[in-house]
Amino acid sequence: MATDFVSAFAAAFGLIVGLDPAFLAVVGLSLKVTLSATLLAALVGLPLGALLGISRFRGRSAVIVVVNALMGLPPVVAGLVIFLLLSRSGPLGGLGLLFTPGAMIVAQTLLILPIVVALTRQVIEDLWAEYGDHLRSIGLTGVAAVPTLLADGRFSLTTALLAGFGRASAEVGAVLIVGGNIAGHTRTMTTAIALETSKGDLTLALGLGLALVGLTLAINVAAFAAGRVGARWAG
Amino acid sequence: MSRMRATPSILPLTLQGVGFAVGGADLVTDLDLTVEPGDTTVLLGPNGAGKSLLLRLAHGLLVPSRGRIGWADGTGGEGRGGRRRHAMVFQKPVMLRRSAHANLTHALAAAGYGRHDRRRRAAETLEHFRLGHLADRPARAMSGGEQQRLAIARAWALDPDLLFLDEPTSQLDPAATRAVEEMLVGLKAEGRTLVLASHDLGQARRLATRVVFMNRGRIVENRPAAEFFERPGSAEAIRFLAGELL
Repeated sequence: MATDFVSAFAAAFGLIVGLDPAFLAVVGLSLKVTLSATLLAALVGLPLGALLGISRFRGRSAVIVVVNALMGLPPVVAGLVIFLLLSRSGPLGGLGLLFTPGAMIVAQTLLILPIVVALTRQVIEDLWAEYGDHLRSIGLTGVAAVPTLLADGRFSLTTALLAGFGRASAEVGAVLIVGGNIAGHTRTMTTAIALETSKGDLTLALGLGLALVGLTLAINVAAFAAGRVGARWAG
Repeated sequence: MSRMRATPSILPLTLQGVGFAVGGADLVTDLDLTVEPGDTTVLLGPNGAGKSLLLRLAHGLLVPSRGRIGWADGTGGEGRGGRRRHAMVFQKPVMLRRSAHANLTHALAAAGYGRHDRRRRAAETLEHFRLGHLADRPARAMSGGEQQRLAIARAWALDPDLLFLDEPTSQLDPAATRAVEEMLVGLKAEGRTLVLASHDLGQARRLATRVVFMNRGRIVENRPAAEFFERPGSAEAIRFLAGELL
């Protein structure tokens, strides 16, 4: 077992340092899909979560509970829903997105949107408790208050986006179903790991796994450092 | 220095039979009050008397359950320009997670000032209150006294006719309290109208032209300050002035 790990490290090192084109394509596609999904989920989820945080309406609690529950949406279920929507006979079949990176981005966006909305809602609700009097006093209510709240909550909101990014980069079920794990086209690090493991190539699977963990760690370190520096400045 | 106004004043402010209830329980009742231009009205009274509620109702942060609140020009205190001409400073200053300067430009932007105007106005305001050296400091890293002075400067930048202040010095030490009171004296001298909640008798003596004494959600007395301090007209006020706990 120990030699497995040693050879896995060696394989991972070889893949990364050797700049193997097939490996780089897989890593590149993973990053592209995951970052695109995180960006889309941020564009939709941050304002939506902020509005949910400051608005009061009948059924608000129910909405919050549903959003919180959707954070635990199984990736294969999200994948299945998008698969049905995008399949040839589905309502969005005409787009021809199934088994493309586009479909994977859509599936992952759906998967992480509840995380971004739920965590943003919490952050903004706390910030509104502090800022509400002043913002209302200077005439910023409702939607008009959202830009200020998102701007001033930016360091806490980084965590929400990192949580979304983490879930997207780690999941395999949704991208496998809607992407199809087609070599050179829709194969990501996680689907490749699943494939190599089932083929018995544990060394390559472990190598890919280490590369994935390393990348995730690097992105989190960068975001954490940026957030820490900024938060220290702004209090 | 008296200020020239192109638009008619929003004052006097009148409250008629104003009440505010939550879940059937009256928190304040029968509030009748007129605030004349140039007055410094100090709301005096123990904690829970309803001073903060009165300020919030008058400023429009709360909607009264009963009665009406009116401004002289018949608007919600916006004046004809549509820009709200009363502002409020809170007990615990609300500082945005930005520099002192950006805290001002943010409020000015909300009031409709353009990019160039708000930068100039923010810089002017900081200089006016001798806060210029703090312009680039993160507002939340400043001391409590500096934060409250910045909060007053931020309200002043909006050029309000009337300023509501909710216990602005209750969390400050004597030196910071003095600095804040000096700002308020300056605002009075400019002809601005102040409505200030306080439970600090010394502060009321130093600043008030009128005293509105409140207890248990009602206005007990409303008289010129000198008269109130010399001949309080109610048993409650006499006990309050003697330092007893109401």
